[in-house]
Amino acid sequence: MATMEHPGSIITTDQWEMVSGLTTSLTHDQALWISGYLAGLSHQARSPVLAGGDAVASTPPTAPAPAPAGPTARVVTVLFASETGNSRELATSLAQAARDQGIEAKVADMAEYRPRTLKDTQDLLVITSTHGDGDPPQTAMDFFEFLEGRKAPKLPQLRYAVLALGDSTYEHYCAAGRRIDERLAELGAQRLVDRVECDVDYDDDAAGWIEAVSRALAPSAAPPGPAPAAAGTAAAGTAPVAVPAAFDKRRPFAAAVLDNVVLTGRGSTKETRHVELSLEDSGLTYQPGDALGVVARNDPALVDALLDQLGLPGDTPVTIKQQDTTLGDALAGTLEITAATPRFLDHWAEITGAAELQALLAPEQSKARTAFLQRHHVLDLVGRFPAPGIDADRFVAGLRPLQPRLYSIASSLAAAPDEAHLTVSTVRYALHDVPRTGVASGYLAERTETDATVPVYIQRNEHFHLADDDTPLLMIGAGTGVAPYRAFMQEREARGATGRSWLFFGERNFRSDFLYQVEWQALLKHGVLSRLDLAFSRDATPKTYVQDRLRRHGRDVYAWLEDGACLYVCGDAAHMAGDVHDALADIVAEHGGLDRDGADDYLAALKRDRRYRLDVY
Amino acid sequence: MSTTDQTDRSRDVSQPLDNLGPDETLKAKSDYLRGTIEHSLLDEITAAVAGDDAKLMKFFGLYQQDDRDIRDERRRQKLEPAFSFMARVRLPGGVCSPSQWLKLDELARAHGGETLRLTTRQTFQLHHIIKQDLRPVMRGLRDVLLDTKAACGDDTRGVMCTVNPNLSSLHAQVYALAKQASDHALHRTGAYREIWYGEQREPADGPEEPFYGRTYMPRKFKIGFAIPPSNDIDVYSQDLGFIAVADGGALKGFNVAIGGGLGRTDQAPKTYPRLADVIGYVDAESLMATIDAVMSVQRDYGDRVDRAHARFKYTIDDKGLEWVTAEIERRLGFALAPARPYTFTSNGDALGWVTGEDGREHCTLFIQNGRIVNTSERPMMDGLRAIAEAHEGTFRITPNQNLIISDLAPEDRPAIEALLKDHGLDEFESRSALRRNSMACVALPTCGLAMAESERYLPDLVTKIEALLDAHGLTEEPITIRMTGCPNGCARPYIAEIGLTGRAPGKYNLYLGGGFHGQRLNKMYLENVGESAILEALDTTLGHYARERRPGERFGDFAIRAGYVAEVEEGRFFND
Ligand code: SRM
Ligand SMILES: Cc1cc2nc3c(=O)[nH]c(=O)nc-3n(C[C@H](O)[C@H](O)[C@H](O)COP(=O)(O)OP(=O)(O)OC[C@H]3O[C@@H](n4cnc5c(N)ncnc54)[C@H](O)[C@@H]3O)c2cc1C
Ligand SMILES: Cc1cc2nc3c(=O)[nH]c(=O)nc-3n(C[C@H](O)[C@H](O)[C@H](O)COP(=O)(O)O)c2cc1C
Ligand code: SF4
Repeated sequence: MATMEHPGSIITTDQWEMVSGLTTSLTHDQALWISGYLAGLSHQARSPVLAGGDAVASTPPTAPAPAPAGPTARVVTVLFASETGNSRELATSLAQAARDQGIEAKVADMAEYRPRTLKDTQDLLVITSTHGDGDPPQTAMDFFEFLEGRKAPKLPQLRYAVLALGDSTYEHYCAAGRRIDERLAELGAQRLVDRVECDVDYDDDAAGWIEAVSRALAPSAAPPGPAPAAAGTAAAGTAPVAVPAAFDKRRPFAAAVLDNVVLTGRGSTKETRHVELSLEDSGLTYQPGDALGVVARNDPALVDALLDQLGLPGDTPVTIKQQDTTLGDALAGTLEITAATPRFLDHWAEITGAAELQALLAPEQSKARTAFLQRHHVLDLVGRFPAPGIDADRFVAGLRPLQPRLYSIASSLAAAPDEAHLTVSTVRYALHDVPRTGVASGYLAERTETDATVPVYIQRNEHFHLADDDTPLLMIGAGTGVAPYRAFMQEREARGATGRSWLFFGERNFRSDFLYQVEWQALLKHGVLSRLDLAFSRDATPKTYVQDRLRRHGRDVYAWLEDGACLYVCGDAAHMAGDVHDALADIVAEHGGLDRDGADDYLAALKRDRRYRLDVY
Repeated sequence: MSTTDQTDRSRDVSQPLDNLGPDETLKAKSDYLRGTIEHSLLDEITAAVAGDDAKLMKFFGLYQQDDRDIRDERRRQKLEPAFSFMARVRLPGGVCSPSQWLKLDELARAHGGETLRLTTRQTFQLHHIIKQDLRPVMRGLRDVLLDTKAACGDDTRGVMCTVNPNLSSLHAQVYALAKQASDHALHRTGAYREIWYGEQREPADGPEEPFYGRTYMPRKFKIGFAIPPSNDIDVYSQDLGFIAVADGGALKGFNVAIGGGLGRTDQAPKTYPRLADVIGYVDAESLMATIDAVMSVQRDYGDRVDRAHARFKYTIDDKGLEWVTAEIERRLGFALAPARPYTFTSNGDALGWVTGEDGREHCTLFIQNGRIVNTSERPMMDGLRAIAEAHEGTFRITPNQNLIISDLAPEDRPAIEALLKDHGLDEFESRSALRRNSMACVALPTCGLAMAESERYLPDLVTKIEALLDAHGLTEEPITIRMTGCPNGCARPYIAEIGLTGRAPGKYNLYLGGGFHGQRLNKMYLENVGESAILEALDTTLGHYARERRPGERFGDFAIRAGYVAEVEEGRFFND
């Protein structure tokens, strides 16, 4: 009995120490007696100990766990994961058996089930097979990853039972079922009946289990009333710790990285990432359309290289804005040290007196200067035009403060509570054969492995907020410009909004760059997204871009606008935004029978009515 | 003997669709295989086609697949699986011309991942074709008079024919009939021309599928022609097998074998491999009529409720061999003559050069697992292209996934030999006899049903077994070994002396005791085991065989005599 684990938030650590301290000292009979005694006590005291599982081994596992608060009739979810259909079949007959007992039961396939709804589920009956080499069925991988991952919520309110299908000739017999069973217990859920593992001749065992489950579920079996103790302790586990005044640019919140995956598939010419950050306990909230500010730090390698060039040690004291710090810290966290500004050029020309730099200062040299700065960042200037024995304070005086970078939030709090998702394209390039990365995108790509935290704040972006539920949406985005639309769709799905929506998405290659492909497919299937048009510029000749797709469907686009659609354009400012605007102008002109001026007025009017919104960068 | 009206009709085509499996409704409602394929091809949101269309496209020799090596990686990336298509060419008897070879080579380089795959039914597969490239590929094939009709689906599959280079004239006669049989049993729907060639639908004069009707066959149906003494096509694995009977060089007729089939499912005892029964003899003149009679019996009485029980072999075991034979004869209008005597000696290939009776030269190349691809040490694809450019005879793909450069004039041989040498394709005897008699199915990463590696793993496993063979002095002993990545049996593992079928990554069932010339099924010796257990078992059994075999005794026969496995007399008892 000494090898018990803390069952989770169902019981506080102190209580746990007492229980385990006691139980380890108990003989079997004593344990028996106490279990009986505890069982006799009010539900308040009862549930935490039961949740301790083997702590009171003699308690019949079928003992019904207390029902959660609330008078509403319990709904049973029968959740199955199946590769070849066996579990599916069993799930259906189980649901039927439950209904025969007068219990409301719904069947769900793990493939489509939204793990987050576990939080609000009361009774969960899981039937899963095992495949591969001890893995769950392919379609259940996502669910398992969520449940076994750090994002899984505590589930004190949940009662559950697991039926595991397998084949005893396999090494990892019924492994998937076992994993779920153990994990749910870990998360504080309460086992209704013991897990049953069945071999390929599962009929009888399965029937027996179904029998047992429906008996345990029978309304009579469920003891009435809430379980304050359970509820109480659970709440204690999840209650937000009091937060000081909201975090902001100056005092960013250290957001834990929940996930950080490359979205672009093999062979892509790009690297675009999906980054999930936790806002838990920050008190930070946002609206779809808002952006997240990321306060990144410079690449330590670059800092060292720079110190090297300067011949100054990192611990050289410097003062920045009356703040005393060290050169190393300043270069790492507070100053922009990648691209050089014209001001730094002046500054450096003056310090070094280098003729080549001085020559660039003349007003008529502005073009040359820009071109020069393109290819010479701070590191390159300091390297090519050394300033031996330079004073640290003098050097930093030429640099500007490191700015946070903004990223459109790609998620909705309604779908992912306490989270903010980003879609980040990593800036990589080489100058003078030295590989370089963008400060923030490089930081997110290379220096935030999971479990790290990223300093962030919310950047409100009212003008790009989501139009109301029944307004048709025309969403146009290239590359990472699609990010806010993911948030829009998540929000609308969660709200059950009925308005039509049409997405135009553009990237380079279908196979590797179709960002969030499976999510768009599902949104289309479920009618949340009404229409999707794609432009992959490098798959076909002549190259096609979103604006070409807009033109192709000009008649419909115009019709949508006339129907009061709200138009969103997000992504690349350099080309896309302009090209899209021209396309829209042509469309309005052609189908609205207007000349170019008329078309421009039409679009200007749209902008005034906040029905043509831009978020480009 | 019971008669037609007494037999159970509750599961066959006589029933309303609602009483039958969903695929029957799908076929019936597909408008002769058109479905919504045209529409699926246009869908830009996915690289796949609609589920029903994927099933219908099989009738056109096209399989939707995805790269399973990166399936999980893409799932994490929120990308759909890397879908592509496999196209299987219809090539009766495995005979193809140099110009056809060159076109296939060109298509494979342009759209097929720069590889060609020779199959165990003597044809080519192109893998990795993306949806947009399907039409170009199909039209490219048409340019050289090839198609992919019925290479899969519930109809007659590629018709096999012994390659037998030595008996040139007999081969010519049988091959001609095999080709005729393939064309004869082909589906007739115009869907193929409309969808893939973009032709207009013609107003149907008469029924679109005179033989098949709207629901086609209950399941795939396989026909093959064997020319003794070679049983390279494994005639007993065919739904309908013909064993050529000749007088001198002249073809007389065929012994008819029915009810072969190997597919099974693990842990499903009702499914089993079955070898065909020889039911009699027919003259060559009656060949097409015999095909119609046999196929129509399966068409009318095959199980259409449960696809796992729909192959002809189960119809025969359900109804009884006599009943089925009688029904065939009833439809033929005459009784089959008693089977003529024949003998098979092997189901393997003789590698290297042979001279046919007509003095023409033939060279059989060992193509490991039928995979044709360029590697740094062996530019195989380039080499074969060069040969196709120089060659004036034909190519023949063998049922063992090998390739014959066939029908050369003696004076042309040196030039071909030089090309073989240049491209490292001339090592015929350098490998162990076991390797030369090895076959593996495709399996991962393309096959959607694979549970374990096969083509990518067998060569390494054989290398390890070769060490055992050396130790026991069996390196030159021909032993057949066949591996598949799942129990479906695409490399005919159940008639190999050593059979391996995948259960899960790195895990296989091991079978022993198959007949060397395909006359006997093997039996499971170890279940669901990994490499070390397999090697251990083979070390013991091979060692024992080396010590105690009788003169000329085959490993498969020995495994039974020595009591490692019991002899399987009938497929029905395979799982006992
Ligand atoms: C290419 C080939 C194996 C090879 O390495 O050469 C092959 C490959 C496949 N076979 Fe096969 N079969 C191949 C010969 C066979 C044979 C051997 C034979 O016919 O001589 C068999 C056993 C004989 C038989 O039919 O009983 C065979 C029995 C199956 C089965 C099981 C059928 C059954 O009755 O249970 C399946 C699965 C199915 O049809 O449901 C299958 C299915 C498949 C598929 C198409 C998987 C699928 O349905 O999605 C495989 C494609 C893999 C890939 O990526 O290329 N294949 N398949 C052979 C192509 C032959 C041809 O040119 O037509
Ligand atoms: C409202 C808003 C929303 C945004 N949303 C997103 C989003 O959702 N996803 C996203 O990925 N980004 C988004 N951005 C852009 C993002 O804020 C950053 O600008 C971007 O990630 C680059 O920042 P960085 O620190 O990684 O690169 P930086 O360190 O800023 O590097 C960029 C600089 O590197 C230099 N450079 C780049 N390439 C070369 C080259 N080839 N040669 C020489 N020098 C070069 C240039 O000086 C360039 O200015 C958004 C911006 C705004 C304003
Ligand atoms: C490819 C494959 C791998 C399997 N691997 C395992 C395994 O590792 N452990 C196990 O207990 N069962 C394993 N099984 C057996 C299945 O879990 C069993 O057949 C189950 O009944 C399938 O249920 P389903 O139809 O709901 O998927 C495997 C089955 C297959 C086909
Ligand atoms: S035997 Fe199985 S794994 Fe191998 S090709 Fe056939 S279906 Fe695929």
